[in-house]
Amino acid sequence: MNYKNKEKFIAHAIFLTGTIFVLYPFFSILFLALSEPGKRISGFTLPSGIYFDNFIKAWTGGSFNTGLLNSFIVVVFVVLITLICATLAAYAFEKLNIFGITPLFALLLIGLVLPYESIVISYYYSMRSLGLVNTHLSLILPQIGLSIPFSIFWLRASFKSIPKSLSEAAMIEGAGRWVILIKILLPQMIPALLTLTVLLFMWTWNEFLLALIMIQDEGMRTAPLALSYFAGNKRYGDPAITAAAAIWVALPVLIVYIFLQRRFISGMVTGAIKE
Amino acid sequence: MSNKNIYRPQSKFLYSSYLYIIPAFVFYILFVLFPLGDTLYTSFTEWNGISEKKWVGLDQYIKNLSDKKITSSIKHSFILIIFYSFLPIIIGLLIAGLMIRVKIRGMTTYRAILFLPQILSMIVVGISWRWIYAPKGPLNSGLDFFGLEDVSRAWLGSFDYSLMAVGLIGTWVMFGFTMILFIAGVQKIPIELYDAAKVDGAGAISEFFNVTLPNLRGEIIVALIFTVTLALRNFDLIYITTGGGPGTSTMIPSMFIYKKAFQMGQVGSASSLGIMLTLMIFTLVSLILITFRERK
Repeated sequence: MNYKNKEKFIAHAIFLTGTIFVLYPFFSILFLALSEPGKRISGFTLPSGIYFDNFIKAWTGGSFNTGLLNSFIVVVFVVLITLICATLAAYAFEKLNIFGITPLFALLLIGLVLPYESIVISYYYSMRSLGLVNTHLSLILPQIGLSIPFSIFWLRASFKSIPKSLSEAAMIEGAGRWVILIKILLPQMIPALLTLTVLLFMWTWNEFLLALIMIQDEGMRTAPLALSYFAGNKRYGDPAITAAAAIWVALPVLIVYIFLQRRFISGMVTGAIKE
Repeated sequence: MSNKNIYRPQSKFLYSSYLYIIPAFVFYILFVLFPLGDTLYTSFTEWNGISEKKWVGLDQYIKNLSDKKITSSIKHSFILIIFYSFLPIIIGLLIAGLMIRVKIRGMTTYRAILFLPQILSMIVVGISWRWIYAPKGPLNSGLDFFGLEDVSRAWLGSFDYSLMAVGLIGTWVMFGFTMILFIAGVQKIPIELYDAAKVDGAGAISEFFNVTLPNLRGEIIVALIFTVTLALRNFDLIYITTGGGPGTSTMIPSMFIYKKAFQMGQVGSASSLGIMLTLMIFTLVSLILITFRERK
């Protein structure tokens, strides 16, 4: 083996080890979920056959149909409204001349670092006094506010990368701010907006603490919340059914990830660096 | 349009430009800044969530800081930083150091798999690991298989090992992210720098410390901020795996905030703990930025 091949061999060995370490828990619960109901596998043996009974039991027993629907409703509103508000703001910050831009931006920095675990108490009591506890709005509104700082930072950097000459040419021809944004800049922004959509979808889908404190009605639970109740419920204490339920909840994000994994990775890696 | 604007189309200031930032700032003020201020105010009061708030000044902070359970929960958070942050960053750096010139097939697939723990709900991750750590789960079966029955135990139910067991889940979640981040960073370092180091007779180790490490400064800052913040917040994973137990052996501040505010009726105390957590995160992020900033 020459030097180059030896290096490649070591690289493959490292990545394969990492891959197995990452995948082991997933396969472990996949096998558990697919195992024969009532028969306990040890996690060290392959299942004797494939049974979908656990998936059916989890679906009907944990009201995951409503859970997935609730999550879907929350995600759609959070992502759409955040995208619109953040695009307008990022455009103004980067391309329009605004007085007081530095302090406004510094203000946004607070939201970027603030752990929302600290302020959920205030969310709960505000929503309670407005009579909004147990509604989709109590999940949608705070998550828009929390998503806005990152989204503005992310989109501002993307606006920055569009050459100035493009909007200046349109301005000389007399185009207004709105027309320049919609007709000239937005078409250039589509990849950045798509990546941001994917990230916001994932974060909103996976959100748990807010749902835990806001939602008491079983019919209003989001998918991760339904899963946590399901996993804690003694009646469905069977780990195989819980495993199947976990797969139901992970599935939507997994499917999007399979098709758009580059966007997830570049979004989180470069998104983090841009901050 | 005046002539001036034709030559410098960017320079016109219009009050109506504020209309573009208003929607975003309305949401931001109502759902980030107002709750923060509200929490800060509540942190100076005694309140059970129902009666009138009673102003007590800094009492809640003093009580929290002298409560052994609270201080030990902060200590747990710092132990978790080792698992969530230091271990993944060291693993990531070592592997990135080995990958300077290596280009291999299948990198995209490896990357996609290594990144997987980042995209999943911590509730799903926690449930998977609850099974791994279960008394009759894969880990213990594996230990039994190798004749190590004495070592196997209910990992998440153990006073001595539960914090470490949760910490290792954090390592599992994070190491793929740091690896990908650092490998991407290493591949941006100009190869000439390494050639120059070679000419100077640098070995692999001095190459790592003199070329790789300084050039990854930006990535290291990002990885530190991202992982340290998550280690300190960390609510979902603790809630689903141990709930802070057994006893208070895996209790962390965010879990205490939840318990105090929503189960014990100590909203003022929970709010002051929330402000303390916020201050801790702001301080650590600033420290990371100051320590690793570019020295001119």
